[in-house]
Amino acid sequence: MGVISQFRNFFGKLFKKKNACIGIYGPPNAGKTTLANRIVKDWKDDESEPVGSVSHIAHETRKAQRHHKLEIESKGSKICLDIVDTPGLATKIDFHDFMKEGMGEKESKQRSKEATEGVIESVKWLDDLDGVILVMDATENPYTQVNVTVIGNMEARKLPLLIVANKIDLPESDPEAIKEAFPQHPFIGISALDGTNMETFYEAIAKQFG
Amino acid sequence: MSDIQLDLVSDAKLSRMGSTEKVRYIIDEVRKGKIMVLEKGLDPMEEAKLIEMTMTEIEEDFFGLEIESYPRDDSGGTFFGKLFKKDAGQQKLTVIGPANQLKTLRKDNSLISTLVSTK
Repeated sequence: MGVISQFRNFFGKLFKKKNACIGIYGPPNAGKTTLANRIVKDWKDDESEPVGSVSHIAHETRKAQRHHKLEIESKGSKICLDIVDTPGLATKIDFHDFMKEGMGEKESKQRSKEATEGVIESVKWLDDLDGVILVMDATENPYTQVNVTVIGNMEARKLPLLIVANKIDLPESDPEAIKEAFPQHPFIGISALDGTNMETFYEAIAKQFG
Repeated sequence: MSDIQLDLVSDAKLSRMGSTEKVRYIIDEVRKGKIMVLEKGLDPMEEAKLIEMTMTEIEEDFFGLEIESYPRDDSGGTFFGKLFKKDAGQQKLTVIGPANQLKTLRKDNSLISTLVSTK
């Protein structure tokens, strides 16, 4: 990390930046856009604010989407955040996987190309954030390289991180496995889809990024 | 039966390279179909750079990398944790290979089990 970034982080913390920029990260299909949509729905007054589309097919979000100035209140404290919903991070993208989901070859190759561009954009965003919400699918093994890399980057930059175990509404979910995998970071289990535990999630956001 | 080359790369070899050179070296070797085991892996910024550069290389016959390493031990980020644990936050052993040849079977904080196959 460069000297300028270190100074920026130091003074950012010292003066409590009014409009911190928080990225929602995670592997494809962890529920990042579902969570971003719920946050926007819960806290944005402007009904025209665009929401991202969601799909069971991976890499539905292929361009980062920034939601400006969301005022989040929890237990009397209020924070103003910009939330960036980033494309799913991956180390591999095979267009055949999209074909297995019923897409044509041409469409699959195009989606694959856009997905690679999305991953690059997500990586570049890491340089411009004040903190990260790392979304993991609570039905999947948490020890993925994407999770390890995002956590490592936040630790190296000394930026705040909140780990979210999503999809706890599913019977096969195991949020405790995520908590045990990364015990050094704040953790919260939620369902972005049905809203389970969102109040506690907002408390954790206010505490971690406020 | 085709053979698969497995390279065990020492920390001494990688530490002589700059970040970009290191990432370029790994991608070039993996694109040749090699499986690489890095003694001390990459730092988090280099891992991000590796993901980014890999994405620019993806095409019809190269789908990317399979990469697995152990989570770093941040020791809770405390002063005393870092003081008394010399290797806190350091890179760990890492295995990298072409996504169509290396498949992770199981991974936790003490075991990485992979399956290596021919193309």
